[in-house]
Amino acid sequence: MKYVDEFRDPATGQQLLQQIARQVRELGRDAQHPLKIMEVCGGHTHTLFKFGIESMLPEGIEMVHGPGCPVCVLPVGCVDDAIAIATQPNVIFTTYGDTLRVPGSQKSLLQCKAEGADIRTVYSPSDALALARQSPDRDVVFFGIGFETTAPSAALTLLQAHEEGLSNFFLFSTHITIIPTLQALLDDPLLQIDGFIGPGHVTMVIGVEPYLALCEAHHKPIVISGFEPLDLLQSLVMLLEQFQTGRCTVENQYKRVVQNSGNRIAQQALEKVFLPRERFEWRGLGSIPNSGLQIRPEYAHLDAEKRFLLPSRSVPDPKACQCGEVLKGAIKPWQCKVFGTACTPETPIGACMVSSEGACAAYYNYGRLATTRTLPQERP
Amino acid sequence: MTDTKPTPTPVPDSTEARYPSPQLWDRIEGARRRAGRVRDTVITQAHGGGGKAMRDLIDDVIRSAFDNPNLQIQEDQARFSLAEMALHGDRLAFTTDGYVVSPLFFPGGDIGKLAVNGTINDLAVSGARPLYLSCSLILEEGLPMDTLREILASMGQAARQAGVQIVTGDTKVVPRGAADKIFISTAGIGVIPASQQIAAHQLQPNDAILINGYLGDHGAAILIARGELQLETTIESDCAPLHGLIAALLDAKITPRAMRDLTRGGLAATLNEIAQASNLHIAIDATKIPIRTEVQGFCEILGFDPVHLANEGKLALAVPAEQAQTALAVMRAHPLGQHAAIIGSCRPEPKGIVTLQNGFGGERILAMLVGEQLPRIC
Repeated sequence: MKYVDEFRDPATGQQLLQQIARQVRELGRDAQHPLKIMEVCGGHTHTLFKFGIESMLPEGIEMVHGPGCPVCVLPVGCVDDAIAIATQPNVIFTTYGDTLRVPGSQKSLLQCKAEGADIRTVYSPSDALALARQSPDRDVVFFGIGFETTAPSAALTLLQAHEEGLSNFFLFSTHITIIPTLQALLDDPLLQIDGFIGPGHVTMVIGVEPYLALCEAHHKPIVISGFEPLDLLQSLVMLLEQFQTGRCTVENQYKRVVQNSGNRIAQQALEKVFLPRERFEWRGLGSIPNSGLQIRPEYAHLDAEKRFLLPSRSVPDPKACQCGEVLKGAIKPWQCKVFGTACTPETPIGACMVSSEGACAAYYNYGRLATTRTLPQERP
Repeated sequence: MTDTKPTPTPVPDSTEARYPSPQLWDRIEGARRRAGRVRDTVITQAHGGGGKAMRDLIDDVIRSAFDNPNLQIQEDQARFSLAEMALHGDRLAFTTDGYVVSPLFFPGGDIGKLAVNGTINDLAVSGARPLYLSCSLILEEGLPMDTLREILASMGQAARQAGVQIVTGDTKVVPRGAADKIFISTAGIGVIPASQQIAAHQLQPNDAILINGYLGDHGAAILIARGELQLETTIESDCAPLHGLIAALLDAKITPRAMRDLTRGGLAATLNEIAQASNLHIAIDATKIPIRTEVQGFCEILGFDPVHLANEGKLALAVPAEQAQTALAVMRAHPLGQHAAIIGSCRPEPKGIVTLQNGFGGERILAMLVGEQLPRIC
């Protein structure tokens, strides 16, 4: 398939892998002393697992799967709020498909739908807006979730609704931002990460500059990467080159999509519609200052938080859950006390098990191969 | 225009006025017994009431669509000769399936064709020759009669093409909202030849794994036909009866160890069932799996994986390695197997799992989906 196969070419992949192996050798890293590299974005985690890239990397590199899957980090309290809105009598609650299964404190949106709430899967906020136009006697709420990747389209849709004078469209914003999140991760003494593969689509919106201060302050190199296998391998080569040459900077591998200045129109839309929240509660990472986006008072009439009475309770993660440590690279998923026992993809407890892009879910589904190979054979 | 001018009532003969002629009663009795014509334009609850309206529906709309000698005996059950069935083999295969697809009509098929072919395929993958189907209809009040006629005509056509007979059935009408337009349940009976012992646990190390063509066409066609995605494609459902293809394999002395049709859950679910039942490792080469460019593109956009998409005319089978090339040639010579491929093989370890070797050189476990495949947001 054009524009896809080019970035999945096995021959080029092998060359890059050989180069990575050489670089890791030259850096003197091995299984006992691996370089820990975090891919922040869930899309990258997905590519790593889908193409089996982890099994092809040398042992001197350990990939740590970061918090960049917005579905995974959606806190219990937000799901409860979403359910509170969706169960109002006159509401059509619209959402992206993969938030349906995220567990709240009592149930998920999928269960709530089964119990009779009018919850509909949409593919973009403009679908929700169209629904609002078609159903003037119903309140149509769009569940805004995600980083700066999805937030601009929610913002532009809200502006469109405002311009049309619609009074039955509402945005429920649980949007989050990447920089404060990385800041919180880097400030954590538990963090054991040597460098970052940066999120391509978020950076397409915010640009490269916002990472510069972080990179300098914490001396961690960052390479912004695309999502195809060759993108990721090339980004690793670039990151390793920084280690080899002793540089520490922000580089952009995903130049075919990401401009250094980002997307101005999207940035303006975000600026116009949203304000940072003082604090936002993350599943797995706890409360992070300035990491959430709330709707500005000018658009309060389109803000679901103002329109509906919400419980807005902060529900802490279950005590047994060690997602925070997994997300910071302090432990591997299978080292968590509840991994694969109390916490499974069918009944997830923590962030990392919720979506198929979460680190624990990925290991649960795909990790057995790696562990069966490295563990000695059981005796019959 | 009809003439509205009043006509004078003819003066009746005095005896006829008091005692109607016997011919009148004969005429009425004849009309009561004659198969009625259904003139209603929609299904009403009367059509499920057990009275004349229901009988007319069965005679005029249903029986006529399935026309076959077994239906003509009009008893509460179909009856078959054991001796005749025993000519085909030594065991019966019996299966049932419900069909609730939305939309009812989609590129490449409709709920009726699906209800016939799906049950035929469940029989056929045991090696059985499918013979008889039942058809139970649950109709929502308000279903347009023409829609019902169209679906039943499609079922009749699918059955005739496949050489099976729909021999018994049932019709219920439920109030508006209690069902979604029409639900169909079909059960099927087939006869398994004495020589066939096809079962998932029969899988052996080194067996070759084959499929008969492009994956995911049905799943993609249905999702697109629902219209929510606003995508325009030429993808059609692969809905088809597979017993002809399977008969061709068996005629060529292929002895499949395991065979399943790939429906909901796609290739991934089926191979996992086989791997778990046999406690062996199935290793698949992703580059060998036939997938249409359109379906691949559809999956790339939505974050789906074709190995999880539903199919309605595809099967996976395991054959001894030495039969693999013959089986492939036989399948490719059949219209429903033109794009058949050998996609992998079976190994002793690690037990009970399916792995996918991708073109990139990496290998991963191919797991079953937990729930429904939902589009990813990023």
